[in-house]
Amino acid sequence: MTVALQQLVNGLTVGSFYALIALGYTMVYGIIRLINFAHGDIYAVGAFLGLSTYGLLRLLHVDNPILTTLLGLVVSMGCTGLLGMLVYRVAYRPLLHARLSILISAIGASLTLEYGLFLIYSPSFLVYPHLFDTPGMSLGDISVSGLQIIIFVSGLVLMAALYLIVHRTKIGMAMRALAINQDAARLMGIDVNRVVALTFFLGSTLAAFAGVLTGLYYSQISFLMGFLIGLKAFTAAVLGGIGNIPGAVVGGFLLGVLEGLAAGYFSSRWKDVVAFGILIVILVVRPRGLLGERVVERM
Amino acid sequence: MNALGNRWVRGALVVAVIVVALGLPIVGTPYLIDVGTLVLVYIMLGLGLNVVVGYAGLLDLGYAAFFAIGAYTTGILMDDAHLAFWWTLPVAACFTALSGVVIGTPTLRLRSDYLAIVTLGFGEIVRIAATNLTFTGGPEGLYGIAHPTIGGFVLRSPQALYFLGLAFVLVVLAGSYNLARSRLGRAWLAIREDEAAAQAAGIYPVHSKLMAYVLGAVFAGAAGSFFAVKLTAINPSSFTFIQSVTILMVIILGGMGSLPGVILAAAVIVVLPEVLRAFDQVRMFAFGIGLIILMLVRPQGLWPSRIGQIERRAVAVSEASAAAGVAADAAATTE
Repeated sequence: MTVALQQLVNGLTVGSFYALIALGYTMVYGIIRLINFAHGDIYAVGAFLGLSTYGLLRLLHVDNPILTTLLGLVVSMGCTGLLGMLVYRVAYRPLLHARLSILISAIGASLTLEYGLFLIYSPSFLVYPHLFDTPGMSLGDISVSGLQIIIFVSGLVLMAALYLIVHRTKIGMAMRALAINQDAARLMGIDVNRVVALTFFLGSTLAAFAGVLTGLYYSQISFLMGFLIGLKAFTAAVLGGIGNIPGAVVGGFLLGVLEGLAAGYFSSRWKDVVAFGILIVILVVRPRGLLGERVVERM
Repeated sequence: MNALGNRWVRGALVVAVIVVALGLPIVGTPYLIDVGTLVLVYIMLGLGLNVVVGYAGLLDLGYAAFFAIGAYTTGILMDDAHLAFWWTLPVAACFTALSGVVIGTPTLRLRSDYLAIVTLGFGEIVRIAATNLTFTGGPEGLYGIAHPTIGGFVLRSPQALYFLGLAFVLVVLAGSYNLARSRLGRAWLAIREDEAAAQAAGIYPVHSKLMAYVLGAVFAGAAGSFFAVKLTAINPSSFTFIQSVTILMVIILGGMGSLPGVILAAAVIVVLPEVLRAFDQVRMFAFGIGLIILMLVRPQGLWPSRIGQIERRAVAVSEASAAAGVAADAAATTE
């Protein structure tokens, strides 16, 4: 039972990362029906930009961990968001009507980002600053670190903020309209390109947030860190029902916990196989996911 | 690029390819022959994936998995069961076909981009399994795989293995050429263009897609078997996602559905990195940028198939008229 509870705690932490990244996948897919392969690498870029900000602030002798982390998050999220828009503008926008070409272009964008990081930063692992040593609490045999609580709570806050943006603002309404019918939305005077670009911006900022927190949590990052987690976050989005925002959150946490349990009871070497196994089973048994509505096949 | 459209240029290129293919093992150094053999492996893989992506229009991002299953089947049977190479071929074909059926049957009913993700996941599962299982040799893989024999003659020299590869390529080439012109090939074309219309004409889309998927898997399995005896050692690092993308790159660069395109592109994909060894660091970066640029500038590839060209012209015309219509609508609304 201890193992299960401890893995639940770890799973919810990792699940926060999955959920934050899955939101980017699900929003983009909901609006332009594209599996944004580069999204995992956007998350990696976020982690690296965060690290650069930390380095810069250390040079400027700003040492307050809370201040540096907040600045690191803001800078990384802003720059990564703009990068997400740039990727959309260059690699996707001209190909919106060519389904196969746009997927391949997305793979190209993914490789470009990965090996761009490889060239600019380092081929090996980079070490993140160790800032939050708070022991947190221990309930019996289960330990919960302060950082884990920060990750879980701040992740939930961001997800809630996104939900409010999508459901309570005008731009959110435009996004939802686009997801339902692009032509009709255009006729209502919605600037489609601007809204899609903004969707990429929002998704990328969430991924960058997850990237910086991942760096703090695992204390090391590498240029390929986005590949596997990107796949798993996509799995989470599909698990919850792709195109569905609460679904991505539920899917992210669920996948994190299932994977944690698989690692705890089985073997951590096989936990990735469990994740992909879940993906395949979900796609076969219930392609619309747990919370998804039945979608009409679009050609 | 337009030079490739010229009939004489194409004819000269075909002759040049035949001369190089036959002359290489006679005059080439062992290093050049090895590079040539690797080109042959990529031609086989490209032709196989071409059946899946080029003919049937199914995006497979885990194709290296079938390559791996073929290679490991041959490797394990030759290492542990001491079977002759030729006996491992049908077994490898059966295993890859079976895995193609298992993974294809449930997923080919799904949306095409879901298929891409499932195949990607499958590719990763196979690679992780090969790394973690004991009978596949774990991360070190298998080594000391025996050389194939014909009669009493052991194919050990680079030349002999090159000719074995060439024979494989010719069989696969003839197979794909005939497949494209068969009833099944026309069914794939119809499905790719308009699934609903194809269904209305009496084609079972799922059945035809499954055939493409399984045949593609078998081609990759054969390439894997050859790869295992050529290198005599295999490990999971040969079967990564990047490998799947490289094979995909072969058919995209060559032009979907185009057989000469696959041959040309396989040579480019293998030879270019060898020439650019000094720039190893920027290779993958350039690869990524190249994919995007290729999609933006020349999505039809270096040597597009003729059928594809005609289709694309028709699509371009209808898209242009549609765009004109939209522009007219927009102008009307702004006024």
